[in-house]
Amino acid sequence: MGVSGETYTDGVTSVLPTTAGVDEATRSESSLRRFLHGLPGVDQVGAEARAASLATRSIKTTAKSWAIDLAISMIDLTTLEGQDTPGKVRALCAKAKAPDPADPTCPQVAAICVYPDMVPIAKQALGSSGIRVASVATAFPSGRAALDIKLADTADAVAAGADEIDMVIDRGAFLSGRYQAVFDEIVAIKEAAARPEGADKGSAHLKVILETGELVTYDNVRRASWLAMLAGADFIKTSTGKIQPAATLPVTLVMLEAVRDFRDTTGRQVGVKPAGGIRTSKDAIRNLVLVNETAGDDWLDPDWFRIGASSLLNDLLMQRTKISTGRYSGPDYFTLD
Amino acid sequence: MAFEYAPAPESRSIVDLQSSYGLFIDGAFVDTTDGRSFKSVSPATEEVLAEITEAGPGDVDRAVKAARRAHTRVWGPMSGAERAKYLYRIARILQERARELAVLESLDNGKPIKESRDVDVPLVAAYFFYYAGWADKLGYAGFGPNPKSLGVAGQVIPWNFPLLMLAWKIAPALACGNTVVLKPAETTSLTALAFAEICQQADLPPGVVNIVTGAGDTGRALVEHDDVDKVAFTGSTEVGKAIARAVAGTDKKVTLELGGKAANIVFDDAPIDQAIEGIVNGIFFNQGHVCCAGSRLLVQESVADEVLDRLKRRMATLRVGDPLDKNTDVGAINSAEQLAKIRALSEVGEAEGAERWSAPCELPERGFWFPPTIFTGVSQAHRIAREEIFGPVLSVLTFRTPAEAVEKANNTPFGLSAGVWTDKGSRILWMANQLRAGVVWANTFNRFDPTSPFGGYKESGYGREGGRHGLEAYLNA
Repeated sequence: MGVSGETYTDGVTSVLPTTAGVDEATRSESSLRRFLHGLPGVDQVGAEARAASLATRSIKTTAKSWAIDLAISMIDLTTLEGQDTPGKVRALCAKAKAPDPADPTCPQVAAICVYPDMVPIAKQALGSSGIRVASVATAFPSGRAALDIKLADTADAVAAGADEIDMVIDRGAFLSGRYQAVFDEIVAIKEAAARPEGADKGSAHLKVILETGELVTYDNVRRASWLAMLAGADFIKTSTGKIQPAATLPVTLVMLEAVRDFRDTTGRQVGVKPAGGIRTSKDAIRNLVLVNETAGDDWLDPDWFRIGASSLLNDLLMQRTKISTGRYSGPDYFTLD
Repeated sequence: MAFEYAPAPESRSIVDLQSSYGLFIDGAFVDTTDGRSFKSVSPATEEVLAEITEAGPGDVDRAVKAARRAHTRVWGPMSGAERAKYLYRIARILQERARELAVLESLDNGKPIKESRDVDVPLVAAYFFYYAGWADKLGYAGFGPNPKSLGVAGQVIPWNFPLLMLAWKIAPALACGNTVVLKPAETTSLTALAFAEICQQADLPPGVVNIVTGAGDTGRALVEHDDVDKVAFTGSTEVGKAIARAVAGTDKKVTLELGGKAANIVFDDAPIDQAIEGIVNGIFFNQGHVCCAGSRLLVQESVADEVLDRLKRRMATLRVGDPLDKNTDVGAINSAEQLAKIRALSEVGEAEGAERWSAPCELPERGFWFPPTIFTGVSQAHRIAREEIFGPVLSVLTFRTPAEAVEKANNTPFGLSAGVWTDKGSRILWMANQLRAGVVWANTFNRFDPTSPFGGYKESGYGREGGRHGLEAYLNA
């Protein structure tokens, strides 16, 4: 066996990237590649086993009530369809403000997520409710357009008053190893999302959608997470919701590890948004358990963790009503919008 | 912590505890003729669960005679296909009663319900299903065209996985046509007695399985009984040596599965988050009451500090407490005696100069508890690096090169298991060839499967249990 007594000369002395490593990473295309490929690997079997094990947590009674309200307050209530109309968006905004019209103690959702042309409608409908408007941009969902078109798409949404921009990365570039191109594009979109100083509100927060269902491996998810964070993402988001699989628990786990490690290294906190496929209260609570036991308390807040969903809200409301009344109500007792 | 999990206890009502239990001999629960009784307590609360019979030598003799009769008249002559039917039936009943058995195991042993529910009991059924499949195919197992059973097996099992160790012992023995007299550990008799009920429920012919409860003396009477053909023991190396001496010069076949001090080896290119999970699972699974526990962490020196920081952060999230709470990760130490041993060895560790760190956790006031603990700055010369603690205590050592890792991993009187964490496939294969341990896990730890043989090198014992290899111990091969 020839590998006996092998020694290490490649200078790997750290599991985590160091601050110096992060500074170095963004200097050149080759250093970026070296950095991303130097991140510790993810063992698929182990990551999936850990996520499955956390999914067996039993959240009951007071803990369940608390988690349901938190989950509602973290929802980015979403409609991203070709058939969206102003009427549909207004209805969704009404739902966002008072998810359970019969119960004023029910929290509002965090944001409404729409296509850029619907931003003005949503802004107007939400008024001073404090609910934010997130707009997808950058040729969502495929991201297949020239940079200037993506920039114009973003600028439109920002000009219309979007508080948050959900961009997609160029998966083709990522999968062909052109990390610098992905990086530069995120940086450019971040600039396009900025508002001039003295504007009546700050820059739009940038959520970077990795579309993990197209990146496939957890190693890729970890690399894309770091790439997005290095380029200035305020949030990293799993999916567009248009590709299966979308937000699986192990993918969210790997992304939560990434934001935790990124803050340890750089001091900057980045949020996480699983989106797509989270339909039941059980799914939502499992996500919160992942947050709690991976990234910790600091992320258990709508500023740092969001859930992109549409049908989830009614299931949470149904569970919420069940806890307060002791009975399940039929689906017709919850509004369809 | 913002997200407080409310208590989520599994209900005890599914378990029907009797105030006292007799012995299971020749298909019936009977009183002792020359024994006594003792109390079995729940280690989490010190509550008395039941009175258990301590079988005397006369009881053991009755049990062996019943087993002999059953072997000669019924079980030995029975076709493999017929024996398989009984084993399949037992496996199905185990699955049907899984929840009850899990609650009973957690009550009696102190292990968290999520482990008894998700690991122990499913594996118990899996071992019976697996060996049921072999019962009519023994001629194809590689031990000759028509291998014969040995006769009566005397089996003594430990308290760490009470029902699972019973399955490891009884399933292959029965599949091969032997009958058994099994003695569970004195602190954990209840699931073995529940298993006796299952044998009745399955209409297993009387005498094929006999359960004699008791402590060391009962075990000795069984192992030394003249009419026992085969001795199988899982437990401490000390008792294992005594058994080896006791059967020396007889024609009894013996398998011993004894202690361990496994190295869990983490290289600098390991998938780090999963390696941390593997370290935790290696030593805190079942409170570290695992013979193959990864109780020595060998971490490459260049990444040792970061691995330890991450390990401590992870350990701080371990939930220690009520074994019946579905969110408990680490349960109670099985007995006051074991707790005293863990405390004593931990104090030795400190006295030897190693640095002790325990996860911040509140321990219940009653019952037997020990917090998840690591010792850093441990060297090969320290007793906590050499002796089996059999508790939630990890000794951390460092290495510089793969060769040094192998040298340190093998430099122990034991050799039951080892773990290797690296992203490099060639290194995994090389390490697996170099490590003198019965099981080598790569990028995982404490995984069990009925198809896989399990057993030790050196003072960890001899013979293999599980898989095709596990049949050999119960066949005249």
